[in-house]
Amino acid sequence: MKYELVIGLETHVELATDSKLFCSCGGHAAADEPNDCVCPACSGMPGMLPVTNKHAIELAVKAGLMLNCKINQYTTFDKKSYYYPDLPCAYQITQWFNPVCVEGSVEIGERKIGIKQIHVEEDAGKLVHDDATNTSLVDYNRTSVPLIEIVSKPDFRSSDEVITYLKKLKAALQFAGISECEEGAMRCDVNISVRPEGSDQLGVRSEIKNMSSFAEIKDAIEFEKVRHVDAIERRTEMLVQETRRWDEVKRRTFPMRNKETAADYRYFPDPNLMPIIIDDAWLAEIKASMPATAEEKGQKYVDMGIAVKEAAVLASDAKLCAMFDKVVEMGREPKSVASWILTECMSRMRYLGLETLSIAPEKLSRIIELVDSSEITRAAGKKVLAAVFENDVDVDNYCEEQGLNAKVDTAQIEAVVDRVIAENPAAVADYKGGKVKALMALFGSCMKELKGIGDPAVIKSLLEQKLN
Amino acid sequence: MAKYITEISKNGNIAVDDTILVKGYPATAGSKMLKNFVPLFTATAVEKLTAAGYTLSGKTAVGEFGLDLYGETSENETCAAATLVANGEVKAALNVDLNGAPRRAAAIKGVTFVKPTYGTVSRYGVIACACSGEQIGVTAKNADTAAEVLGVVSGFDPKDGTSLKTEVYEYNTNLSVKGKKVAIIKELLNLATNEAKVKLLDTAEELKKQGVEVEEISLPLVKEIQTAWNILMSAETTNNLSRFDGVKYGHRTEKYKNIDELYVGSRTEGFNFLTKATIIYGSDVLSKGKYEVCYDKALKIRKLAVDSLTELFEKNGFTALLVPAFSQTKELEVSTAKTLDGEEFAEQFRTVFEESAYTAPASITGMPAVVCGGIQLVGNYFAESELLSFAKVLEKEEA
Repeated sequence: MKYELVIGLETHVELATDSKLFCSCGGHAAADEPNDCVCPACSGMPGMLPVTNKHAIELAVKAGLMLNCKINQYTTFDKKSYYYPDLPCAYQITQWFNPVCVEGSVEIGERKIGIKQIHVEEDAGKLVHDDATNTSLVDYNRTSVPLIEIVSKPDFRSSDEVITYLKKLKAALQFAGISECEEGAMRCDVNISVRPEGSDQLGVRSEIKNMSSFAEIKDAIEFEKVRHVDAIERRTEMLVQETRRWDEVKRRTFPMRNKETAADYRYFPDPNLMPIIIDDAWLAEIKASMPATAEEKGQKYVDMGIAVKEAAVLASDAKLCAMFDKVVEMGREPKSVASWILTECMSRMRYLGLETLSIAPEKLSRIIELVDSSEITRAAGKKVLAAVFENDVDVDNYCEEQGLNAKVDTAQIEAVVDRVIAENPAAVADYKGGKVKALMALFGSCMKELKGIGDPAVIKSLLEQKLN
Repeated sequence: MAKYITEISKNGNIAVDDTILVKGYPATAGSKMLKNFVPLFTATAVEKLTAAGYTLSGKTAVGEFGLDLYGETSENETCAAATLVANGEVKAALNVDLNGAPRRAAAIKGVTFVKPTYGTVSRYGVIACACSGEQIGVTAKNADTAAEVLGVVSGFDPKDGTSLKTEVYEYNTNLSVKGKKVAIIKELLNLATNEAKVKLLDTAEELKKQGVEVEEISLPLVKEIQTAWNILMSAETTNNLSRFDGVKYGHRTEKYKNIDELYVGSRTEGFNFLTKATIIYGSDVLSKGKYEVCYDKALKIRKLAVDSLTELFEKNGFTALLVPAFSQTKELEVSTAKTLDGEEFAEQFRTVFEESAYTAPASITGMPAVVCGGIQLVGNYFAESELLSFAKVLEKEEA
C-alpha cells in the first residue's frame, strides 16, 4: 500500500526587537556571560509587573500580513503554567485565547499551506548541566525574549515541502526585518502522521520537538515516516500519540519522558496585561512600513534595467538588497552597482569566507563613483575594495597613498610609456614592421611598470600615438 | 508579639505592609518562603511617599501573603497596621487589600481604611497574589488623613500596565451628604452576627440624622460574586505564587535528590495551610475541563457584578452601599496556626471564604471601599471623595 505523510509545523522565531517582550533588558545575543542580561522582571522577582513591548506586536502583525493572515485587532496575553527551572515565574506569557494573527496561507510551488495562527510569546531561559560538579545552572539571558510561533495547518505531504516552506519563511522574515533568523533563532516542532494514500482519516500523530537545522528536520521526518509505516505494516510497535525528540548522534527519534509532556497548562488571561487594541490607524501604519516582498523587489530591479537573473540574486538576500538600495540612493548607476555587488563584492566575500555583506555602503558608492568617472581604473577600484574589506580603509586616502588616481598621473604614464619604447627597440621595430602583437607586449610592460595605475585605454592610445 | 516584621526608623510616620517592597529591607510577605528575601527595588507607592517627605517606620506583620482574615496566620500580631494607627504610633499605613484583610482589621480596631478604585495606586512592588483585584490602600485615624496619604501615593505609573492614566488624584472629604442615597444589601446584612448587624443599623440611623436616605435592597448576586471572586483570587494566587519554587531565592528544602523533590519539599515547608489550600483550590478551577465551568464563568460573573453595581449607582441613584466589613465586631476566637490540627485548618479556609462575602463586591469590581466606625461603604468608580465624606460625617457623630 502507498502511504502519505501528513505534517503540520509549529515554527518559533525570535523577533528582532531591541529589548525583551515585557521588560527593557536587551541585547541578549551580545551578552558575554550567563545572566548578563536580566532584571527583576525577567528573572521572576516578586513585585515586578510586565509592560508589553509594542515593537514585538508590530513585528508579529508584519509577519501576519506577509503570510496573508487576518489580523485580530483585539488581541490578549495569557499565562501558561508549568514548573521548570528555566522558567523563572513558572508560567510563560503567551497568546492562547486571542492570538494576534489567524487564518493565513503560504504558497509553495503549486501547493498552498494554511497558517492556523501566529501568536506572540516569551522565550524561556537555558539550563546548563555541569557534569564535573553534578549541578544544574540557570542562564536567564534568553528569558522573556520575544518569539512568534507560526502554526501551520497539517497541509504538508513531504519533507521537501516542509524544507521549501521553511526556507521561504526564513528568507521572508529576514527580508522584512521581522527576525534575524540566526543560528538557533528559528526552531520547529513537527507534528507528523502517516495514512494510506487517498484516506481522509488522520493517523496516530507524533510530535518531534525543538529542531533548528533544516537537515535535521528532513532526516527526522524521513525517520518518522519509516517508523510509522513499519508500525502499520509490520506491527513493529504500537503507535501512540506522543512527543519525541530527534537524537542527532544516533540519527533517530526517541520518545520524551511522559512527565515532560503530560502537563495541564492551566491557561488563563493575564490580568496584568490589558488587551491590545490594534486600531485601523495603527494597522495602516504597520502596513505602510512593510518592505516590498522579494518578488516585488526583484521586479523593481528589473524595471531599473538589471538583468532578470541578477535581480533575482539581489532580491533573495536582505543584506544585498539593502546595500544595492543605499548605493543607488547615493546617486550611482543601478547596473554598475549591481555588477559591483554581484561580481566584485561577492568574490571578496568568497575569498574571505564571509557570509554577509557588511562594508559601509558609502565606501562602495565612492569606489564606484571614482571608477565610473574614470578617476581610477576598475583594476584600482578592485584594489581599493579589497582594502576596504580587509582593513576598512578610507577610499580617498587610500587612492592618494597608493597613487591610484588616473587623471593626475598622465605625466607619469607618459614618462613610463616613453621609457618602455626606449628600452624595447626590438619590439618597437617588430610593431613598425607590421607585427601587431608586439604592441601588446609593449602595453604589458607599461602596465607592469605602472602597477595598475592609470586607465588601460589611455595607456594603449598613448603607446599607439607615440609609435605611429 | 511584634507589630513589625522589620523596623526601619523609630521616627517614621508611615508603616507599610511586608507585602510591599522597600529596597534593601527584607520583604517576607509574612511567609517562611521569603524569610531571607531582600528586594532590589522599592514599590512606586513607597517612592511617592518618601519623595513627598514622609518617612517609613517599618514593615508591618501580615498573614501569609495577605490571604487570611487580618493577620492571624502570622507569627506576629494580628491587625498589626491598624493597631499602630489606632495607638497613634504612626500617622498612617499602606496595606495591600488582597482579600479584604486591611478592611477587616480597620473595622476591628475602629480606624479608617480606604481601598481606592483599581488602577489608582500602582501595584509595582507589591508581592502579587490576585493581580486583577488587589490594591494598595491607606489605613489612617480619620478620613482626612486617609485622603491626604492616598492623594500622595496614587497616580499613573508606567511600570504598571493596569495603572490608570490620571497623573494626580485630588480627594475632597467635605462633600455634602444631605439628600444622598445609601443602600443596605439585605443578603449581606443577614449573614452578619447580631452585634455587627446592630452596628450597621446604628450607622444607618446616624446617616439618616444627617439627611441621608437609607434604603434596604436585595442583591441576590452577592452569593455568586463571593464564589466568583474566590475562584479568580485563588487562581491568580496559585499562578503568582508558583514562582516560589526554591530555585532562585526564598526557602529551599534541605532534603531533595532531584528537581521535583526540590519543588515539592520547598513549597511544602515554605507555605502554611491556608496558602496551600488556596493554591490547591486555584489549581483546580483552572484545570482542564474546569476552566469553562469555573474560571471563565467567574469572569462572566465579574462582568455581571460590574453591571449590576453600576446600575445601582448610576441608574438607581445610590451614592454608596452600606455593608459590614466583617461578620463580627471583634477578632474571632481562633488558636494560632501552629496548634491547629487538620480539621481546624479546613475550618480556617472556610472562614476566610465566608468572610469574603462582604469584601468581594469591591474586590471583584475594583470599585472603591471605605471602612470607618466598624462598617464598610462601597461606591462607584472614583467615588472615593463621596465615601470619605460619609466617613467624616460619621466621625463627627461619634465625637
